[in-house]
Amino acid sequence: MATTEPRKQSSTEAWREELYDAAPERQGVLFTTISGIENPPLRTAETVPVDYERDLGYPGAFPFTRGVYPSMYRGRLWTMRQFAGFGTAEETNERFRYLLEHGQTGLSTAFDMPTLMGYDSDHPRSLGEVGREGVAIDSLADMETLFEAIPLGEVSTSMTINSPAAILLAFYACVGESQGVPRERLRGTIQTDILKEYIAQKEYIFPPEPSMRLVTDMVEFCAREMPLWHPISISGYHIREAGSTAAQELAFTLADGFTYVEWAIERGLDVDDFAPRLSFFFNAHLDFFEEIAKYRAARRIWAHVMRDRYGAKNPRSWLMRFHTQTAGVSLTAQQPEVNIVRTAIEALAAVLGGTQSLHTNSYDEALALPTEDAVRIALRTQQVIAHETGVVNTVDPLGGSYFVEALTTELERQAYEYFDQIEKLGGVVQAIKENFFQKEIAEASFRYQSEVENEQRIVVGVNRYELDDETPLPILRIDPALEQKQIDRVQALRARRDSAAVELALARLKEDAARDDRNLMQPIVDASRAYVTMGEMCDAFREVWGTWRETPVF
Amino acid sequence: MAGKIRVVVAKPGLDGHDRGAKIIARALRDAGMEVIYTGLHQTPEQIVETVIQEDADAVGISILSGAHMTLVPRIVELLREQGADDVVVLVGGTIPTDDVTALKEQGVAEVFTPGAPTSDIVEYLQSRVPV
Repeated sequence: MATTEPRKQSSTEAWREELYDAAPERQGVLFTTISGIENPPLRTAETVPVDYERDLGYPGAFPFTRGVYPSMYRGRLWTMRQFAGFGTAEETNERFRYLLEHGQTGLSTAFDMPTLMGYDSDHPRSLGEVGREGVAIDSLADMETLFEAIPLGEVSTSMTINSPAAILLAFYACVGESQGVPRERLRGTIQTDILKEYIAQKEYIFPPEPSMRLVTDMVEFCAREMPLWHPISISGYHIREAGSTAAQELAFTLADGFTYVEWAIERGLDVDDFAPRLSFFFNAHLDFFEEIAKYRAARRIWAHVMRDRYGAKNPRSWLMRFHTQTAGVSLTAQQPEVNIVRTAIEALAAVLGGTQSLHTNSYDEALALPTEDAVRIALRTQQVIAHETGVVNTVDPLGGSYFVEALTTELERQAYEYFDQIEKLGGVVQAIKENFFQKEIAEASFRYQSEVENEQRIVVGVNRYELDDETPLPILRIDPALEQKQIDRVQALRARRDSAAVELALARLKEDAARDDRNLMQPIVDASRAYVTMGEMCDAFREVWGTWRETPVF
Repeated sequence: MAGKIRVVVAKPGLDGHDRGAKIIARALRDAGMEVIYTGLHQTPEQIVETVIQEDADAVGISILSGAHMTLVPRIVELLREQGADDVVVLVGGTIPTDDVTALKEQGVAEVFTPGAPTSDIVEYLQSRVPV
């Protein structure tokens, strides 16, 4: 060692010693990303080794770091897709039509808590929750109302539902049928990402294994019969909202994605028969460059793993296409108008990161569901980015930025580290049972909260620049009478339908649920047509599969 | 022996948003309190049973689903029926201003809305619960 010549100091190091270290640097503030990644004061070519062909490539070409399509937004803007749903199917149908009239290009459905948890509106556990956080859907009859006068052959629809996803997909297919649109022509996405429910969002019903079987049934069904439909939207959004870091969001989401791929391959499907229809859903948080790097890293990892580990040959199987939503968790109840600014910056990061569709949050969402005015401003924010800022003119305008490339590589490295840890624990399902993800997220979320409380991180209007006297904002109120209206509706349905057909359909569901060699989608479609309710179908599955309860950790 | 403040942190209803509940649970524990976290998807009955069994001084109810005007009054009422109306009831979550007033009239001691520092909640409990 002693004989080795001293390493030559790089010019960046020389700059740091000679100039930077003599310059002022603010004390007591964090220069790390919001997720805690160290940021050196400067990135330069010599500190960021990038092999252009290997690490970046061209848009539309492996490894898709720079974007999944050759012409990106010069070819087609992202889909502006505002998530909406409240009250009963009638109120939400009205909001859908309002959004379509104002230039929105896709629909996105939010369901209420009872629907997400597989309870009908008249179930005792639904008390007080019907239509509060989304629309209440109990049966095919409600779904018919929800999409009344909306031509399903022309719009694409996204549905945010997980445990009962198979049932809602069946309802949608039946509505299409009654409009004369065959299921192979229906376009849209259903979330179905049950793994992130156990990890973060916590709207689960059944234990992980039967839930994964149901997901795989849907993947198989869509591969055969609904070729334009995305059966799973593998979601990091909720993981991030639960308080994770950007690296955790990236790693846990992709690990979930690999798990769905493995189950489908295990089922006997060819990877190229379903992988092109998998899509993703990420958060757009406030740390601008970290977010952009996250999307770029996600595309690169997915392409590599799909090709090299799972042997996908169709280039469309390598493409990670994703939806983005700005971070609900970043919105403040204090001085809520400032949320318009936060959301605009987050939306810009999503666009610079190459998203395929985008939801921008409304400024009043830290207080309640958004009003129509607030939603319009949120949509206008996207339209300003698309039409006024010029950022859409060049594909991946930040590609080659020393800083962005360094962060992309760093997030990629951290993700692979997590993949190793998850594998050592025996995979995602086992890691869920051991509370691994839940603990990692709780830790990250507590660290961030402490940084805010110690004022190492400033949140405008919350721990600095507060106003003493804030005028309360007008908020959207859900009429409490809607709950009773929905309860009456589902009870009237039960009274008028053919109860023998219902019994028959439920018996078949239970029989097939008990046998792993049956695909449950067709019996669910049949039960939907017989107007078996969503809660009744879920009860049938609960009887066969049992329910899931996590061990609480904090 | 001067005991520790015993607090049940509870998630009523179907709402799965537990980031806030977990942060609060941990902050209260770090401040030296005995914290029992119920976990998710609890009915008002289950929550009150936990409060009684654990002989808690306070219960912190975290709710972000919009169902607070149904679920919280039910918890307060059940506590009263069980003769446990000395238990300090706190609510945290996205609660509109009008509802804050209504909840307080029904017996909730304090409501903490988004942005409230955990230290405020710690201090509040320390001032309200004699140890």
